[in-house]
Amino acid sequence: MTAVAEGSQATQGHRKSLLQSEQAQGLALISPTLLYAMILLVVPIGVIIAYSFWTQNYLTIDRTFTLEQYRTALGEPIYRDLLLRSLWVSLLVSVFTVVLAYPIAYYISFHGGQRKSLWLFLITIPFWTSYLLRVMSWKVILGYNGVLNSGLMGLGIIDEPSTALLYNTSAVVITLTHAWAAFAILPIFVSLEKVDRTLIEAARDLGDGPVRSFLRVTLPLSLPGVISALLIVMIPTVGDYVTPKLVGGKDGVMIATAIETQFKRGANWPLGSALSVVTMTVVTMMALACVFIIRQAGRRVR
Amino acid sequence: MKRLLSRWLPVYAFLYIVFLYLPVLFLPIFSVNLSHVPKFPLTGFTWKWYEELPRTPALIDATWNSLMVGITAAILSTILGICAARAITRYRFPGRTAASGLIMAPLVLPEIILAVSLLVVMLSLGLELSLFTVVLGHVLICIPYSVTVLNAGFEGFDRSLEEASTDLGETAFGTFRRVTLPMVAPAIISSLLVSFTISLDEFIMAFFLAGSDATLPVYIWGQLRFAAKLPSVLALGTLLLIGSFLLLTIAEVLRRRAERRVHGVARA
Repeated sequence: MTAVAEGSQATQGHRKSLLQSEQAQGLALISPTLLYAMILLVVPIGVIIAYSFWTQNYLTIDRTFTLEQYRTALGEPIYRDLLLRSLWVSLLVSVFTVVLAYPIAYYISFHGGQRKSLWLFLITIPFWTSYLLRVMSWKVILGYNGVLNSGLMGLGIIDEPSTALLYNTSAVVITLTHAWAAFAILPIFVSLEKVDRTLIEAARDLGDGPVRSFLRVTLPLSLPGVISALLIVMIPTVGDYVTPKLVGGKDGVMIATAIETQFKRGANWPLGSALSVVTMTVVTMMALACVFIIRQAGRRVR
Repeated sequence: MKRLLSRWLPVYAFLYIVFLYLPVLFLPIFSVNLSHVPKFPLTGFTWKWYEELPRTPALIDATWNSLMVGITAAILSTILGICAARAITRYRFPGRTAASGLIMAPLVLPEIILAVSLLVVMLSLGLELSLFTVVLGHVLICIPYSVTVLNAGFEGFDRSLEEASTDLGETAFGTFRRVTLPMVAPAIISSLLVSFTISLDEFIMAFFLAGSDATLPVYIWGQLRFAAKLPSVLALGTLLLIGSFLLLTIAEVLRRRAERRVHGVARA
């Protein structure tokens, strides 16, 4: 702070060295956190990538370079099916959460008035409650003796409990869509807040109806929020472990279960690593493809 | 169209809130239900599932473990968060965007991949899996939230106030204690509460890194296999729900107060 006060009276050269010391201070200040992320994020991911090119020989690791693990991860039908299902689930979940979240974000941003932050607080609360318990309450709702079945029977809509509700992919999709809702609403809300309201008025004044002005002004301007919501939901859900385990049953198993097996009971770290790397890479590619499609669509509408 | 929208949008918003809250509300309802099986119609009111809880030693241990892990992780991630947030909001330096991107990355990576990669590194280093390794993992995933909360608290923070204090003869430490700290304290407390809540509820990291010591979510996971244990899990879940709700309400109130204070001063 002294530096800044002095800086205003300093010469050009002095100012330059001050600027450097400003930069040095900033770097010094962020370095503990950065170092932590390096050691506990970058290094471990690097180790996993290295492992994915090695082989497990019972208790030892053979460190000769091989693509064998990737051949198994991509070639074995069981892993391929799990991966495809995981991708399909994460695509569905991210599209559903975004489509369901957009009107809410729009409502809060354009009609929230004085109560915007109260609305946002209301929406984030359920997200903060234990993930495990939220998944479990869906199990309670969708189960054979569950709330939905007993409710429907009580109303006389069905005669006997339906087994079609729980232990399948749709149960996984419903549960995850519920679990990730807040993550989709917040980025969309933020980008809607940034939309210049005078542009919408201008579009109206120039004769656009509400639908046209929404499609040509509001929606394209809020696309960055839609894109980040999509990414924030899509990438983590592909590796979800709890939901498929609790509500997925036999038909809802996802890739995380296979990864867990390789690192715990299966004890084949190289294969587990290759599965992790493949999952990360493929989901990133899918996410980028979605971003590209949305951008193209946005350009066309405009 | 406009009338249609303004009529249906609030209805949709209401239904959406119901969709968000309804599943969560079933926990307290079935936690005081007499029957083992969570289904309607309810059979009667009872506190017995709650009364069982303090008589379960494994649960007491897990609670204690979770509290220790949560407090440690909250303090560490808030300290590291303060460094990062202060650097990001106060200084311009090369690589600033990349650095903050890396720090925020755990937010958008599948947790299981973070967990297994940490597991591999820790076992390769010969570290014994313990509550300490869980803390390391939790700090990694709490930092992005801490940084977000603290960034909001530090942003819009008027630097001229610190300069004024220095000009008026305060030392650097005095300025920090009497000017900076009071303005950012609410954000810091709010970051502590948010990180603690995340750590308390976090399952995947603890599942892979905890070794033989269970945290609360790991304990709950173990209980979920037994249908007969479901009501006590629901009771425990209700208590956790209330705890998280209280902590987050406090965090939110503090955050707002901080916002008002920082912006109020800036306006005045």
